[in-house]
Amino acid sequence: MKPRTRRIGWIVAGLAVLGVAVTLVLNAFRSNLVFFFTPTQVAAHEAPQGRAFRIGGLVEQGSLKREPNSLTVHFRVTDTAKTISVAYTGLLPDLFKEGKGVVAQGTLASDGTFHATEVLAKHDENYMPPAAADAVKQAHEAMSTKTLVTTQAERK
Amino acid sequence: MIPELGHFALILALLVAVAQGTLPLAGAALDEPRLMQLARPAARAQFLLVATAFACLAASFIGNDFSVLNVASNSNSELPLHYRFAATWGSHEGSLLLWTLMLACWTLAVSVFSRHLPPALLARVIAVMGLVSVGFLAFLLFTSNPFERLVPAAAEGRDLNPLLQDPGMVIHPPMLYMGYVGFSVAFSFAIAALLGGRLDATWARWSRPWTTVAWAFLTIGIALGSGWAYYTLGWGGWWFWDPVENASFMPWLTGTALIHSLAVTEKRGAFKSWTVLLAIVAFSLSLVGTFLVRSGVLTSVHAFATDPARGVFILAFLAIVIGGSLTLFATRAGKVGLGGKFEMVSRESMLLANNVLLVVAMASVLLGTLYPLFLDALNLGKISVGPPYFDAVFYPLMAPALFLMGVGPVARWSKAPVPELWVRLRWTLGVAVVAGLVAPVVMGRWSPLVSLGLFLAFWIFASTAETLRSRLAGSPRRGIAKLTANSGSYYGMLLAHLGLGVFVVGVTLVKGYEIERDVRLEPGESVSVGGYDFRFAGVVPGPGPNYRALTGTVEVRKDGRELKTLKPEKRIYNASGQTMTIAAIDVGLFGDRYVSLGEPVGAGGAEDVGGAWAVRIYIKPFIDWIWAGAFLMAIGGFMAVSDRRYRLAVKRKASALWGEVRGGAPAD
Repeated sequence: MKPRTRRIGWIVAGLAVLGVAVTLVLNAFRSNLVFFFTPTQVAAHEAPQGRAFRIGGLVEQGSLKREPNSLTVHFRVTDTAKTISVAYTGLLPDLFKEGKGVVAQGTLASDGTFHATEVLAKHDENYMPPAAADAVKQAHEAMSTKTLVTTQAERK
Repeated sequence: MIPELGHFALILALLVAVAQGTLPLAGAALDEPRLMQLARPAARAQFLLVATAFACLAASFIGNDFSVLNVASNSNSELPLHYRFAATWGSHEGSLLLWTLMLACWTLAVSVFSRHLPPALLARVIAVMGLVSVGFLAFLLFTSNPFERLVPAAAEGRDLNPLLQDPGMVIHPPMLYMGYVGFSVAFSFAIAALLGGRLDATWARWSRPWTTVAWAFLTIGIALGSGWAYYTLGWGGWWFWDPVENASFMPWLTGTALIHSLAVTEKRGAFKSWTVLLAIVAFSLSLVGTFLVRSGVLTSVHAFATDPARGVFILAFLAIVIGGSLTLFATRAGKVGLGGKFEMVSRESMLLANNVLLVVAMASVLLGTLYPLFLDALNLGKISVGPPYFDAVFYPLMAPALFLMGVGPVARWSKAPVPELWVRLRWTLGVAVVAGLVAPVVMGRWSPLVSLGLFLAFWIFASTAETLRSRLAGSPRRGIAKLTANSGSYYGMLLAHLGLGVFVVGVTLVKGYEIERDVRLEPGESVSVGGYDFRFAGVVPGPGPNYRALTGTVEVRKDGRELKTLKPEKRIYNASGQTMTIAAIDVGLFGDRYVSLGEPVGAGGAEDVGGAWAVRIYIKPFIDWIWAGAFLMAIGGFMAVSDRRYRLAVKRKASALWGEVRGGAPAD
């Protein structure tokens, strides 16, 4: 009897620990996923209001404006088809440049401005984004292949 | 000529590796000593050949041979000598060659230090390592040749990624790879034991020191990477939960579980199958980590599509190694047996619980790292899993593990009566609770999480002290002999546990009390952050060896007294035009003052470097304790290996046990 109860005790304890862990993990996982949208998708109102998400594309040439005496900047992100206005307060990463790729995380305000809490630039200086003259479709594909895990890419 | 020599050496190394991976295995299966004896010379030859190839590549880098594609893409004649050498492993191809060299080093080490092992076991271990080497050499030769020529030769190289032009980055990859590849020894021992069908305490004793050394190197490697991120990226963070970091952290978590589980297998004969499984998983994760970082899938899963040969090779190699070893495990583990019995409350049960927690933590990191890649590969959408997920999962899993860490070393093997544990640990608990409650008040602000973190840290310190106290009190010897009577591995364990405590203090206090301020400062302007005054004196341009520097001057004062003048830099590299931020840090035992430059924000726009700047000013209390803790853990690991019993007892036990089983086959 004793070894058997002990074994059952072990199994129950193990399952309990595992159950708690799995619940914890999946719960945290679900509530912390950040989805990615292109400017075209945002323009088509596919992005959620009020919840944080990521946008990606190119920083439009000549769109970078700095507010005087503050660290707030405004720029536009484009996928060559549509653009979004972005506002961000803070330091921009080293690789942030007009005409280069960028990913920003934040929320969409009701006026259509994207309020970024984090701006990440792409790591690879050698990567040349396809020219704006390319077909919109191609631009989409090229960008979707390059904008995924930039958090890592920017930092390493 | 030199690159061709290196290429030729690699080809020969592949041939030797094939022989090393097959003939000794056949010898062990057929009980044919002549085939088994090939293992050691093959390991030596393999080492010489791979080292030659590596030296040839290094010579090409140092000699600025831009007719080699790899050199032309990753180096530059302006690069200082030490970075030209480090550029050898700065690229995909070079880092895989470094990996292969490390593997050859470990194999050589096994063949040198394990002469007393039973010949069949030694033959199998070296053969399995040879097979892994076959995979890597074939990958290098067929898809990622580091010696590929560039016709016509480039006049100048494209430069090493400026992020890698840093002393920390020179030693970080070799340390990390020493760790990754070191787990191949534990893996090979496990596979050899499964093949031979014998797995007992002696097996654990043999593979334990190797595993501990690998783990210690991995710990140093990860700590160096984290420190590098802190001072070169200019973000002031020490851990970002990004996939590159996670790739090295998963083998570490599994390796930590493995060294503890090996201890149980050695001392008590329990957890045998579990230990073997962990050894397989730790090395598999090292392989996955190497390829995750090196194949480019992290930047884009579609990197596979642009270079299908590499992608397919990697997937096939992983499938063979991981699938093959798990299949072997599934078919043979039944024979291994479960081993010793133990009670619900015992040192074994606590180590088991710790193991489970570590593995669950590893699995949660794996999920967060691979799931976005998986979705993207299947075109199901793009997501990212950020630090909030890892924080939410990791800390709740680690808190009980840290608590158990305080109980485990005090608990008896097999059966630990709860009343006895209570008597031994009540003062420890009291100290930890009081310190956890009071210390945050001393720091200035009480919060429950800081309190919990410090409670766990003090719990580890106090219970480690209690372990040592009772061990010394129970010793019949006197004076200094009391101390020297204990083994190196015992003190190594204590030191590593203390290191983790120090680490927990650092993490808790940084998380609890760090101050991060991004400010706009005109030259001459001051800002007060966390009780310190920072006066920005402006930025001046100047030359560097292979970059232009913009150097800022920030004077740090406290109560009007000048503490330090910090010189944060922006570097613009000549060859690539890439910009790098170099933070300036006033390092202190109780915290750092951290300053880094953003960009010019004066009236004159981006070119107005003499005007106002965006500046990051951070106060990071106790942050250096994080790395100090990691280094203490690593030193603990090395200390544990210095234990004499690994050298003496192994010999006796080996000849005694294996001698009779193998019908008295000579040990060498």
